[in-house]
Amino acid sequence: MTYGTTVPYPAPHPGPQDSHPAGTAPARTGSEAAGDLPRLLPVHGAVPVDLRSHLSRYGAPPYFGAPGKLIPVLKAAGLTGRGGAAFPVHRKLEAVAEARTRPIVIGNGAEGEPASDKDKSLLWISPHLILDGLQLAAEAVGSQAVALYVHRNARLQERLRAAIAERAAAGVDVAAVEIFDAPPRFLAGEESALASRISGDPAMPRFKPPRVFERGVVGRPTLVHNVETLAHIALIARYGPAWFRAVGTPGEPGSMLCTLHQADGRRDVVETGLGTPLRDLLRLDGTQAVLSGGYHGAWVPTADAARMTLSNADLRAAGAFVGAGVLVALPARCCGIAETARVARYLALESAGQCGPCFNGLPRIAAALDEVASPRPDPRAVTDIIRWAGLVEGRGACHHPDGTTRFVRSALHVFRDEIRNHSAGRCVDPARQPFLPLPADAALDASDWS
Amino acid sequence: MKKELRVDPTLCSGHGLCAELLPELITLDEWGYPIVARGPVPRSLDRHVRRAVTDCPALALKLLPAS
Repeated sequence: MTYGTTVPYPAPHPGPQDSHPAGTAPARTGSEAAGDLPRLLPVHGAVPVDLRSHLSRYGAPPYFGAPGKLIPVLKAAGLTGRGGAAFPVHRKLEAVAEARTRPIVIGNGAEGEPASDKDKSLLWISPHLILDGLQLAAEAVGSQAVALYVHRNARLQERLRAAIAERAAAGVDVAAVEIFDAPPRFLAGEESALASRISGDPAMPRFKPPRVFERGVVGRPTLVHNVETLAHIALIARYGPAWFRAVGTPGEPGSMLCTLHQADGRRDVVETGLGTPLRDLLRLDGTQAVLSGGYHGAWVPTADAARMTLSNADLRAAGAFVGAGVLVALPARCCGIAETARVARYLALESAGQCGPCFNGLPRIAAALDEVASPRPDPRAVTDIIRWAGLVEGRGACHHPDGTTRFVRSALHVFRDEIRNHSAGRCVDPARQPFLPLPADAALDASDWS
Repeated sequence: MKKELRVDPTLCSGHGLCAELLPELITLDEWGYPIVARGPVPRSLDRHVRRAVTDCPALALKLLPAS
């Protein structure tokens, strides 16, 4: 298998089907062929990988023996963060390694995005790669204080604790790993919200500066990496930058996990190279638009998406980005405005309510978008949305207002014909069958921030 | 070093005092929250800027190194 190959993966349903005996991963000892995929996921089936099969496939984590040595390797590999921001990984490590106080290292598995499954899948299926990456990152910045931040899912946490205990017994780990609960909120995984939560406060974003890498958990410099990023670190440390770059594009190297939502309702996690044509990932027949980057991302018309690859180089031209790899193919039968309005309401409720512009603006934007989604809407609604969008952007402690307006603005542009439809009292989908996934228990109370 | 005015929006509760003390750089949005001019603050306004920062009832207005 070469460049661009995708390996479909069922979304995680921590249930009886996951309790198969582990150990069916192929016995390849520590030499992954450079162009082969998947790298992070097992080659066959969604069977969780135990420590024995992990070590027989990849070998032991290759500790470097001193802080700092991994950093130039990651720089040469060109790895960027897989949590959504695509920030160069080595730069965060450098910043934290230079700090005068002992840093803290956190693996971020708080996947708050309702349309994303990839971190939950990876934590369930390949926890040892993540834990290897956590140990290697800790060594690279000279840290002994290491933790995983994951959702309050008893089965997942139990499995992770077992994996950590298994590693301790086998002497694989250098630093002990603690597990912290992430509340089920969209913003729980935002770096400063994570730092607040692990410091014992509610998981709400904080004003920057200081950045988390300067002063994070309990005021100490804190390295936060998405769990998929850590898994890539574990493999780059073993096989090197050239191996990593055998997949992907020169500007955006490597593979990434994506959560794909097909127009027929199928939902899969796949691992694919950056630069894969979107039409190879999503079946675009019978669709009108593709959502890239999740609910802080942007809609792209199908005709444009069909010519693009999974890369920021392509997607940024359309105002979108790769983000954490959420891709949704919206069927032609759905109302893009009504779908966006439903999600915008959810996003407004997920505001932490700390920042005036976000607290005031997002509910108004969501309500006005509801108006645009209704028959013969007030023509002022669209101009109101544009004005409020301008008022909230860049004025939050985090990027929640900016991400929300990016998503809403793109809908106003991409679904402009549907808005005209609504003005004439028509809608492509008067029945309004919901398509975009939202948590069933959305709209929680304030106590759920911790 | 050049300084820039920033509002910590998690502290600001929209008293609006800053916009009264420093209308040259701060206006209020339709909900009463300050919109602060980006970029380095001009020298000529130094005294007024400092006053606005120290008088903010929520201590939300900050003078930070310009980005």
